[in-house]
Amino acid sequence: MPETLHHFTLKQALDFISKEGPAPLYKELSQRIQEHNPQINAILRFNLEDYESVEKHGGKGKYALVPVAVKDNICIRGRETSCASKILSKHVPPYDATVVTKLKDSGVSIFAQCNMDEFAFGSSSETSAYGIIRNPWDLERVPGGSSGGSAAAVAAGMAIAALGSDTGGSIRQPAAFCGVVGLKPTYGRISRYGLIAFGSSFDQIGPITKTVEDTALLLGLMAGHDPRDSTSAREAVPDYTKALRRDVKGLRIGLPEEYFVEGMDPEVEKSVRAAAELLKKMGAEVKSVKLPHTRYAVAVYYIVAVAEASSNLGRFDGVAYGMRVSKDNLQEMYFETRSEGFGAEAKRRILLGTFVLSAGYYDAYYRQGQKVRTLMREDFSNAFKEVDVLLSATAPTAAFKIGEKSTDPLAMYLSDILTIPANLAGIPAISLPCGFTKSGLPIGLQLMGRPFDEETLLRTAYTFEQAVEVYKQRPKL
Amino acid sequence: MSFNIDQVAKLARIRLKPEEKERLSKDLESILKYVEQLKQVDTRNVAETSHVLDLTNVFRKDEAKPSQVRDEVLKHAPEREGNFFKVPKVVER
Repeated sequence: MPETLHHFTLKQALDFISKEGPAPLYKELSQRIQEHNPQINAILRFNLEDYESVEKHGGKGKYALVPVAVKDNICIRGRETSCASKILSKHVPPYDATVVTKLKDSGVSIFAQCNMDEFAFGSSSETSAYGIIRNPWDLERVPGGSSGGSAAAVAAGMAIAALGSDTGGSIRQPAAFCGVVGLKPTYGRISRYGLIAFGSSFDQIGPITKTVEDTALLLGLMAGHDPRDSTSAREAVPDYTKALRRDVKGLRIGLPEEYFVEGMDPEVEKSVRAAAELLKKMGAEVKSVKLPHTRYAVAVYYIVAVAEASSNLGRFDGVAYGMRVSKDNLQEMYFETRSEGFGAEAKRRILLGTFVLSAGYYDAYYRQGQKVRTLMREDFSNAFKEVDVLLSATAPTAAFKIGEKSTDPLAMYLSDILTIPANLAGIPAISLPCGFTKSGLPIGLQLMGRPFDEETLLRTAYTFEQAVEVYKQRPKL
Repeated sequence: MSFNIDQVAKLARIRLKPEEKERLSKDLESILKYVEQLKQVDTRNVAETSHVLDLTNVFRKDEAKPSQVRDEVLKHAPEREGNFFKVPKVVER
């Protein structure tokens, strides 16, 4: 049976467009969004302008007119970019993010903009000012967050592929919950220019796709140094598609003891251990390793990342762009604009960040957090002396129910325990589907690698994906 | 540990409604209690990580380049006057 157009991978879409032209694909995606988005709410805006203007000019580049969706915190020139926040409603950037420029230069059409947790603050996509997002596999469950719209759109066939951003797991955890592939590259691998900042020493843009191959393709289009982002890295960009080999012979895989935590869903643990067994059968060496400071990851993150967030969100004051509550006094304008414009989770993080940076508390919280971050980085560099890849679950459970954790912020934060460490250390990590729970929810497998060694992650992920073919399953909508 | 939510909210330029204040105080107390565990970690002689890449002083040449975005930027300003962002009066005469 031929696959329906909306389930096309990026690679299939590319082949299809070169033969049949782009029109049928855009028609299908538009219909699919109209049919399913009212329920799932993964897409905030989509338009055909980009596609129509490119088509008129003939469509240039290797990826001419292939449609890609982006998370709504990535700036697109001339198109509203809101970060799913009221305070940035009506915000129309006068420039493209570097990733958008690069995609457009390759011919890609930026088709849709995806819903998300407000300012990427969340693990469940329940904090958007534009309403919650639902998981296509079970509409009573969350799609994960904060890139929940990107992951749900790809899983539901409303997008061929999408971009997300990852500060503490925001690409990988929704990819795991929605049964798709998500990569957080090494910090500095992809330019952050035009990504609306959350935690500047953690944030990375990355692909959310249906296959490992698509992730390799998109990573290749976006990676590289950018003079406009002084924290982007100068390391050479390899051809990532060359890493797509079914070969793990001699690869040393570590299972971090601390990642098989108490409270982990036994079904998730079983599926992840089975994945390790399979890779062992295919020739990898699997051994146990220790990352002793893992237990402090969430605490460090919720000091350092919120400190950076409160500082980054200082710029939203109603002066130059976005929402303003008009008052006849400047201070009042700041207070009213920010109080009206930010949602509850944004306020929580701004206040927490302001507190840990305030005089008298800086040393006890922020400085101590930064020091423990160093110890966590050392854990990883020690582990990578013994192994090439670390393997774990992406999240301790499959997708949880809507409302289950939204009243307990600490419980929500703790659900990120397995993804946060890669951001603290700046290392690359990928999530890919490895199985399903008995009730039919996807389970995510996480692989972490050495800095700038995305190739080993892609090779391991590709080998596993091609052997188990979980990725071929789609949610029934 | 003393967490004065009024003081912190004032620093952050956020005004909280009474019901928000109550809830956020409770949330923040419990989060701060959780992060207290970091105090157990011995960090004597440990350097701070402010950044994961070993970059120091990334410089570029200070060259002026034309920028044509003024009108586009001002087009989306909440309020403007001529080529300026307009805000309420700051200095009293």
